[in-house]
Amino acid sequence: MALDKYGIAKRIAQELQDGMYVNLGIGIPTLVSNYVPAGISIMLQSENGMLGMGPYPAEEDIDPDLINAGKETVTVLPGGCFFDSAESFGMIRAGKVNLTVLGAMEVADNGDIANWKIPGKMVKGMGGAMDLVAAAQNIIVAMMHTNPKGESKLLPQCSLPLTGVRCVKKIVSDLAVLAVTPQGFKLLERAPGITVEEIKAKTAGRLIVEGEIPEMKV
Amino acid sequence: MNKVVANADEALHDISDGAVLMLGGFGLSGIPENSIAALVRKGVKQLTCISNNAGVDDFGLGLLLQTRQIKKMLSSYVGENAEFERQLLSGELEVDLIPQGTLATRIQMAGMGIPAFFTPAGYGTEIAEGKEVREFNGKQYLMELALHADFAIVKAWKGDTMGNLVFRKTTRNFSTSMAKAGNITIVEVEHLVQPGELDPDQIHVPGIYVHRIFQGKDYEKRIERKTVKM
Repeated sequence: MALDKYGIAKRIAQELQDGMYVNLGIGIPTLVSNYVPAGISIMLQSENGMLGMGPYPAEEDIDPDLINAGKETVTVLPGGCFFDSAESFGMIRAGKVNLTVLGAMEVADNGDIANWKIPGKMVKGMGGAMDLVAAAQNIIVAMMHTNPKGESKLLPQCSLPLTGVRCVKKIVSDLAVLAVTPQGFKLLERAPGITVEEIKAKTAGRLIVEGEIPEMKV
Repeated sequence: MNKVVANADEALHDISDGAVLMLGGFGLSGIPENSIAALVRKGVKQLTCISNNAGVDDFGLGLLLQTRQIKKMLSSYVGENAEFERQLLSGELEVDLIPQGTLATRIQMAGMGIPAFFTPAGYGTEIAEGKEVREFNGKQYLMELALHADFAIVKAWKGDTMGNLVFRKTTRNFSTSMAKAGNITIVEVEHLVQPGELDPDQIHVPGIYVHRIFQGKDYEKRIERKTVKM
């Protein structure tokens, strides 16, 4: 069965390593923080200017001066700190943030990503996405494998305006885990019960399948 | 060395039509509420506003959009505002969308006296059009220019009469960099204090950057997305 958004978040959480500084985008990526494996400690970076972001507050602890990059009220954990946006993107550009997880509308088999603009529709802006994808050491994309019409979002090349070029390292979709390699998408794992044939049929970009492909453990 | 003015109206007295303004805040958090209200009262038009976001329909910079006082916005994300969308689609409003880190650093560079810098953000995308590309250590970068303003308008938590500023939690956002980038920097504070009351080790913006400061009042501090623990 294809994973739901919680399943995708759970699988991405398995990529976390102790001591990582992690930036989670809006949507499915934010859910990853709910599944941090036991014994692992990470620090969440919020690009408006915080390290050590904690969970949503209790009603009585809501503070309009304490929000995340999605403008949601949040908390700060012991050991956390605040800084301004220029410093925040400085630490992103300098590669201090170890892992960025974000959503995508399309990913190409060379690692190009499109996630900010659909021509002809209202343009809301790229926010911090272009900075994050251009600079992060490691980028994992959380996405659905196909659009609502069933068309592949893993493509030979993106049709939408790009957010960044040759930057995505790994994709966790509702169907599969794939690495982006110089030869294209390399299939690493299948969602439980999903066949290699289905993944092949729903991947428009170059797909490399080598040997037995294990099922994800989620 | 006393930079104190009575209120927002006095602080903004010499802003005229066509001015280029920077306004601090991220979403609705840490925005200069008193100054925005005073700009609406003053009725100055054809403003260029540099601000990460454009407020919501009835708060923040949305108030200046309702009164059609803004000609152009330079922002990274403007998705929360229906009036903004209407004016943009009808051609009444110009918008220059800039990656958030590039925007923050362009402002920061203005405050540091550096005219341009190179960033990888946006390389290979449509925002790279017309920009100089340089390769450093095998990676491609875009040249981006420092961003100045006639007036930078920010809100701090505490400030002393000499203009030293302290911010609270995530309200530093764009405000500390903007405070250093304005030809004239205007600051409203929740708490205006005397010299010596702020710890010199804990100042976020040294007073040298600040030209006018006033005690703000009646802060609403509206929350854009209230989220609570389940």
